[in-house]
Amino acid sequence: MTQAPAIELKGISKAFGPVQANKDINVRVMPGTIHGIIGENGAGKSTLMSILYGFYKADAGEIFVAGRKTDIPNSQAAIAAGIGMVFQHFKLVQNFTVLENVILGAEDGPMLRPSLARARGVLKQLSEDYELSVDPDQLIENLSVGHQQRVEILKALYRQADILILDEPTGVLTPAEADHLFRILDGLRAQGKTIILITHKLREIMEITDTVSVMRRGGMTATVKTAETSPEQLAELMVGRKVLLQVHKTPARPGAPVLQIDDLRHTDRHGVERLRGVSLTVHAGEVLGIAGVAGNGQSELLEAIGGCVDASGSILLNGKALPLSGPGSDGAARRAAGIAHVPEDRQTEGLIMPFTAWENTVFGYHRDPACQTGPLMNNAAIKQQAQDKMTRYDVRPPNPALAARNFSGGNQQKIVLAREIERDPDVLLIGQPTRGVDIGAIEFIHKEIIRLRDAGKAILLVSVELDEIFALSDRIAVMFDGKIMGERAPESTDQTELGLLMAGVTASQAGDPIAAVDASLHQKERREARAHD
Amino acid sequence: MDLLTLLQVLDSTVRLATPLLLACLAGLFSERSGVFDIGLEGKMLAAAFASAAVAALTGSVWIGLLAGIGAAVFMSLIHGLASITFRGNQLISGVAINFLASGLTVLIAQDLFGQGGRTPSLIGAGRFEPITLPFAEALSGVPVLGPIYADLISGHSILVYVAFAMVPLSWWVLFRTRFGLRLRAVGDSPEAVDTAGVSVAGLRYGAVLICGLLCGLAGAYLATGLQAGFVREMTAGRGYIALAALIFAKWRPVHALWACLLFGLLQAVALRYQNIHLGGITIPVQVMDALPYILTVIILAGFVGKAIPPRAGGEPYVKER
Amino acid sequence: MDKMPAWADAVLVPLISILLAALLSALVILAIGESPLDALTLMIEGALMRSSGWGYTLYYTTNFIFTGLCVAVAFHARMFNIGGEGQAMIGGLGVALVCLFIPFPHWSVALLVATLAAAVFGALWALIPAYLQAKRGSHIVITTIMFNFIAAAVLNYVLVNLLRPTGAMDPATATFPAATHLPTFQDMFATPDNPLFRGAPANVTFFLAVLACVAFWLVMWRTRLGYEIRAFGHSESAAKYAGISPVRITVVAMLMSGGLAGMMALNTTMGEAERLVLNATEGAGFIGIAVALMGRSHPVGIFLAALLFGFLYQGGAELALWTSIPRELITVIQALVILFTGALDNMVRMPLERVFLALRKGA
Repeated sequence: MTQAPAIELKGISKAFGPVQANKDINVRVMPGTIHGIIGENGAGKSTLMSILYGFYKADAGEIFVAGRKTDIPNSQAAIAAGIGMVFQHFKLVQNFTVLENVILGAEDGPMLRPSLARARGVLKQLSEDYELSVDPDQLIENLSVGHQQRVEILKALYRQADILILDEPTGVLTPAEADHLFRILDGLRAQGKTIILITHKLREIMEITDTVSVMRRGGMTATVKTAETSPEQLAELMVGRKVLLQVHKTPARPGAPVLQIDDLRHTDRHGVERLRGVSLTVHAGEVLGIAGVAGNGQSELLEAIGGCVDASGSILLNGKALPLSGPGSDGAARRAAGIAHVPEDRQTEGLIMPFTAWENTVFGYHRDPACQTGPLMNNAAIKQQAQDKMTRYDVRPPNPALAARNFSGGNQQKIVLAREIERDPDVLLIGQPTRGVDIGAIEFIHKEIIRLRDAGKAILLVSVELDEIFALSDRIAVMFDGKIMGERAPESTDQTELGLLMAGVTASQAGDPIAAVDASLHQKERREARAHD
Repeated sequence: MDLLTLLQVLDSTVRLATPLLLACLAGLFSERSGVFDIGLEGKMLAAAFASAAVAALTGSVWIGLLAGIGAAVFMSLIHGLASITFRGNQLISGVAINFLASGLTVLIAQDLFGQGGRTPSLIGAGRFEPITLPFAEALSGVPVLGPIYADLISGHSILVYVAFAMVPLSWWVLFRTRFGLRLRAVGDSPEAVDTAGVSVAGLRYGAVLICGLLCGLAGAYLATGLQAGFVREMTAGRGYIALAALIFAKWRPVHALWACLLFGLLQAVALRYQNIHLGGITIPVQVMDALPYILTVIILAGFVGKAIPPRAGGEPYVKER
Repeated sequence: MDKMPAWADAVLVPLISILLAALLSALVILAIGESPLDALTLMIEGALMRSSGWGYTLYYTTNFIFTGLCVAVAFHARMFNIGGEGQAMIGGLGVALVCLFIPFPHWSVALLVATLAAAVFGALWALIPAYLQAKRGSHIVITTIMFNFIAAAVLNYVLVNLLRPTGAMDPATATFPAATHLPTFQDMFATPDNPLFRGAPANVTFFLAVLACVAFWLVMWRTRLGYEIRAFGHSESAAKYAGISPVRITVVAMLMSGGLAGMMALNTTMGEAERLVLNATEGAGFIGIAVALMGRSHPVGIFLAALLFGFLYQGGAELALWTSIPRELITVIQALVILFTGALDNMVRMPLERVFLALRKGA
């Protein structure tokens, strides 16, 4: 007699309008195991878990929890069934304490005091059992990302969850924080909890899971024992073909320095110093890749160079200093100087979603004399040029009158790319070039970046995908906590070394990497928390 | 200024602050839950009319009070429907409610009573009479404290005492009960409440209903306590002053009390003195009228402490992955 | 893909919303014991079947075009300007000052200067809320509401204490000099044998309002400024990325908005009353909200919506004159229009989207 699965999904399907997000999903998760669910962005992992947590209602299919058929119409039912979820974007009340967040929705009675008192005790016990220490009276807004995640886990455990779902939990963590998280998960498994880990990172799957299910385009392609598979096999199952990232390129022939950045600093509106003296040089004809965990200043670096935020320090473009604040320091001035910028988030920055494609093809360049006729904008000419660009960049459908929001992610990115490249800039800043972009478009975009490099442009690439950094960069700089930790040539480094740098550990400290990682993270947290006071 | 005059001004302050306080607390519950409400004025107006009309028809102020609450709650439900269920623009919905009340009250008053949009004057059991607190007469002879007790604290209608009692009650509900915790949470981070298995819409409707109830009390007090009957536009911008007080109080109940008393005092002074002469300078009455609004703008500008509204305020909640 | 075609969103949704509002209004009329059909007939008779009726309808329309455009500019920059009322009051002050104190040779010169004064005064009254929004993040809805009350107090003070002619009782200025009197439609179109627009207040400002519609369209959809305002309205972070200054756009859009509201005062103050009275705006600033919502912030829509509200206002006055239905019926209709087109629009849109989705699947 075998044990009943902790979770069994049978024939789950879900469509959003014409998009089939999940189709006929069948999977069994055994109790006391860590079950990985892996797939590319948009493969349907999050939708599936949202159905399991009662956020969406499946169009068809059944859910069994511990062998019993269970209806999960809402989160309340999921919690009652012993399911807890840690979302990618935390669901915490920022101006509440840890304790208040933990009891929210799971109070003992109509009065708060007894609930808070009991929760304090339970929390202490849980912290000790699972290495989940966190100050119960601290406000969430003063906690680091890693600690906020612990609060999310504590919330689930406080609700006596037996099954814990974690959605891309390491996306915002440094490798060291991720290691700590995995130790916590190990401990939970040892206590008999069932864990479902959703990720698109093969390394994590191989490191910690017992079983892994692979999703592709809304379907479940396979479920295998982790010990019996390999990263290569999983990758193939994920994308449906053997090679994920291979960009054919010749060695770079770097020319003169084009973009010289020295001691660049930027403090955000909360008073946190996001750039703490960044110095970089990008030459003509090379791609400089910036690696790092999201939230370590890469976004701000692009924004500061692109003129979206004020900064101090110096930026030289072809030897000429650019103003970093005040008049002449905005995005329009940078474009006029020859810096093109493909932003990290095309939907909130790079495009105006309700504008037509043709209106978007001049966004940021709309003050060019070429776009004007007298006091008015030369819309006829803009439309004509938009049509040309869309044909050349294979934007589908090639209809300039369509609103930007009606294009797929890949085609939106092509519109942005076409706009930024067409003016023949000296420098191209490009952030997360292939985020949420389908495979076909990824290839196109990567080729385009290399083509520009070979045409002698200086390219600064920011990506959280290490694979992408390795595939495209001629040099790699690693950012941590607003600083450049070091530069490496892609052929003379590996993921392990970069991982340490991404956690703020320099070569001199590498003797005891774990301690060094902890120390550097601690420093970063303290600095950010101080800025909040 | 002698004690008697001072007491009269303060007494008038208490009366004038009462509707402000009730409406301000009403807005506090709504906005703390993430539903902005610039329709306080309309709800008060609707309640003022309904309470006066029903009190006039039935001769009972208590039935009138119920009707006033019912009218304000009805308006609240419209606001809830628009801003919670159909995720509409909360500000626009508030504006619509103000106009709806402004038009409907006169329309119905004219239809019912034919007196040019007013209700008949309320007499006897048709309005709230002042309550004399125990020993008020006996103690009135005691110097200073006696008149304060007899003239300032005693002698208001029941709704005045209810309004002041609402301050600690609101504080207790918001900060000491489960409902309050969830209410504050839903105004800051509705997704946290949703994933914790608590209904966002349910909580917000709850808050909006409380808002209606308190606006109902405020309106009923205007028409059956402060004055004896309804006249068109009788709220005269009090809903907006309450809104100003709410910002002034930074969405906190006890601060709301002080803000409303301050604005009530300004109204009382403006009512009593047309122009104030202060050592050779004449302050025109219009300055008193405008002062609450000017003070609020200064507070909003962050020159004297920053007023930060609830984080999720004004945003309809849409489930996201 | 969008769930339904753009034309349906632009035309069908507001149309159904207005029908719903009309239906409810009819029910309200029924409830007070009158016949909606008779009321409608009376309104049409009084507002549209005689030239003097049109003269009133177009007079109101002029007001609502200005205030509708005022709200619409702000909407495009994703701001809600509830301060049109106060801006129009202060605009009226500007008109009164130039009309009273500058000796004009001819009405055309007076109109030109007064237009400038109205726009500048209205714009200045919007400047402080705009600046506070842009620089200090103070919510513009609340500050503009506050500024309405402050404007009322200012106007009250100025009329009572400064501009009231000695001996006069009501808080109003003296009558403007004859040279500033604007030609009415009667002056322009009536002939001895065809006495058109007799006694009606519609005047040359109407054409100014139509001109404002055209200018609005040009600026919004044909110039760089309009492009930037609309882009900023859709996404502030994108605006920053493109080098569009949020502070500049917020301030400029509000100045335009306040200026348009101020210009409304030309019609009421210079065109009709020929002096500044305390309640010259008569709530037109608020009706602009309904007009902008109904007109989808597009000048053609705004013109049509303003015309509808002009008709309602004139028709409502007729009703109040001939039946027991008070003018406040129009306030109710206005409230319902705002409610259905501005706040409950999803109630109409959601089922419509489902219909279109079903149609597409069926096709």
